[in-house]
Amino acid sequence: MSNLALRVEHLGKKYRIGARQARNGLLGDEIVASVKRPMQRVAALFARDGHAAPDNAESFWALRDVSFELAHGEALGIIGRNGAGKSTLLKILSRITKPTTGRVELYGRVGSLLEVGTGFHSELTGRENIFLNGAILGMRRAEIARKFDEIVAFAEVENFIDTPVKRYSSGMYMRLAFAVAAHLDPEILVIDEVLAVGDTSFQKKCLGKMGDVTREGRTVVFVSHDLTAIQALCSRAIRLSHGELVGYGAVGEQVGAYLAQNRGEAQNDLDHPIALTANTQLARFGFTPNPVITGQPLVFNLEMQSARAMRIDELAVLIFDALSRRIALIDLRRSGQPLKMTGQDRLKLHVSLKQLPLVEGEYRVALWIRSDEVTLLQNDLVALNVISDVNEGDFVPYRAMARGVVELDYSIARE
Amino acid sequence: MNATQSSLKPARERATDTLADTPLLVIVPDSQLFHLNLREVWNYRELLLFLTWRDIKVRYRQTVLGAAWAILQPLTAMVIFSIVFGQLAKLPSDGIPYPIFTYTALLPWNLFSGALTRATSSLVASSNLISKVYFPRVLVPLSAMMSALVDFGFAFLILIGMMIFYGIVPTWRILALPFLLFLALAAAFGIGLWLSALNVRYRDVNYIIPFVIQVWLYASPVAYSSTLIPAQWQWLYGLNPLTGVIEGFRWALLGTSWEPGGLILLSALIVAFVLVAGLVYFHRMEDSFADIV
Repeated sequence: MSNLALRVEHLGKKYRIGARQARNGLLGDEIVASVKRPMQRVAALFARDGHAAPDNAESFWALRDVSFELAHGEALGIIGRNGAGKSTLLKILSRITKPTTGRVELYGRVGSLLEVGTGFHSELTGRENIFLNGAILGMRRAEIARKFDEIVAFAEVENFIDTPVKRYSSGMYMRLAFAVAAHLDPEILVIDEVLAVGDTSFQKKCLGKMGDVTREGRTVVFVSHDLTAIQALCSRAIRLSHGELVGYGAVGEQVGAYLAQNRGEAQNDLDHPIALTANTQLARFGFTPNPVITGQPLVFNLEMQSARAMRIDELAVLIFDALSRRIALIDLRRSGQPLKMTGQDRLKLHVSLKQLPLVEGEYRVALWIRSDEVTLLQNDLVALNVISDVNEGDFVPYRAMARGVVELDYSIARE
Repeated sequence: MNATQSSLKPARERATDTLADTPLLVIVPDSQLFHLNLREVWNYRELLLFLTWRDIKVRYRQTVLGAAWAILQPLTAMVIFSIVFGQLAKLPSDGIPYPIFTYTALLPWNLFSGALTRATSSLVASSNLISKVYFPRVLVPLSAMMSALVDFGFAFLILIGMMIFYGIVPTWRILALPFLLFLALAAAFGIGLWLSALNVRYRDVNYIIPFVIQVWLYASPVAYSSTLIPAQWQWLYGLNPLTGVIEGFRWALLGTSWEPGGLILLSALIVAFVLVAGLVYFHRMEDSFADIV
């Protein structure tokens, strides 16, 4: 494996909650504790595992036994909820903090970008900050000087370059800060949520720049809450939950699993029957697979039962987008037979969809029913999660918001 | 089997292999007790300069008097000491006019105390940097100290003016000055390493430091001559490395009768010890800076 960019083996990081408290604590408290601590250490020596510090409630593992590998030229996304250990992992990879257990091997120069504008000083001018920030991020002076014009042009701050940055608008400040960072070129780039800054057009520019970075064959480790950005930029992903690695593989698959894990299985399909009326129950209602990949086939299942015989005049499944706009309707009257239930016989419907041409995102599914007993629109029964396929073009796709609702299936011929 | 084969490969081929197969960097939990990666510090020398330059630039921006503050401070101290200790208390000054006698001592003293104060608060002041970027942490107290050296430079210009005024001609002894300067800085650095690392964990240090500096000032021969100390206590007095440095300054610049000899050697030894211990302690603590700062 000479193409390896980084290898992480059994990485763990333990934080002492006590250490956090001592942060603003005074020496006096600590003197008491320092008398106690050696005693605990001695006690720990006789404990089974012989570890130096007792693994008590005062400490917690922000990261535990995480192992993965990344080849050169691959972009890895790290997904997981807040507190899953994403930031801790990035901090270890960028050497800001040391792991408690395990090891990391890095086969290349690492540049990390955990914050935009680290070390910027408001009293200094744009020009001065470019050099200072560049040096902090590990660039050589000559390298910064060479890229200076490019950085200034990218940030669009030519006219203010000799103005102290405290007079910049927040947008200008962010643009300048990102511009410096974007011109960093280590072999392995570690990035945290950097895209969450600036206006939409600048975000697009950043995304484009980051796309360039990955296509140049640079190795990237990327954390973001923006799953679209992760999918656009990364080919592989790892999934963290409570400090542990719970998934590792292709980005589409991991994002899907993450969404599923987040919603909980219960919401993707009904976990218990829902009473529509006093007599009617919805026993099954949902799509499989869920999440589904854009353009892929899927099926819909419905199962209803009624305590008494019942004829249904209208039955339809409605799909709403995140803005509660109605996107589609599946008319179940097209089943060809009258929709009837008797006391014993359940109504079971199985709908096959050739493909789902929806842009990635979360959709809500509702049921419309009109019978001799009731007329009802039951909203928000389940969520349907649509995720995009791995991007194969050599460009960065537009964000989901920009692409509307329908993902057309097309090919382009060129004469 | 594989291992044997690879070790039998021609040297050149092995060398290219090593490039691709050995990690450039390995991150592991433990670190050695003493490990000052000088090469890494050297690789980051530009950052050291930039941080120093930032400190200097920012310090006097938006001040009316700017760099004049670097001169005003020792000048004021000199005037006060001259009145209180020179005129009122009439302390002996070895035949040297009292103002220049005390100003010559104030230079290394201010260098030391300024460097120490700034180094101590440096890590906490740079907490945003420490928690977001990696670089050798030792650069932070180091760069904070460097800006004190610039202040020293400005204040030294005044000393040159005073030497001309009092008609004092420097001798070959002035060659010892860089060494004494280095000793003062090394002392500040050694103690600064301890205090800055401690300050990350216990903010008490911030409150202690002005007090320590004040006591130390009177424990050093700044306002008086060390000849005032009884002979049987000279050895104890000499444990303060600033004694050697300050008397050394007077000896080198003003030609006082004090002989460096054993005292300066003792100072150098103590400074060396403090410095090494400071580096060890700092290194032991630096891995946790980002977690607790």
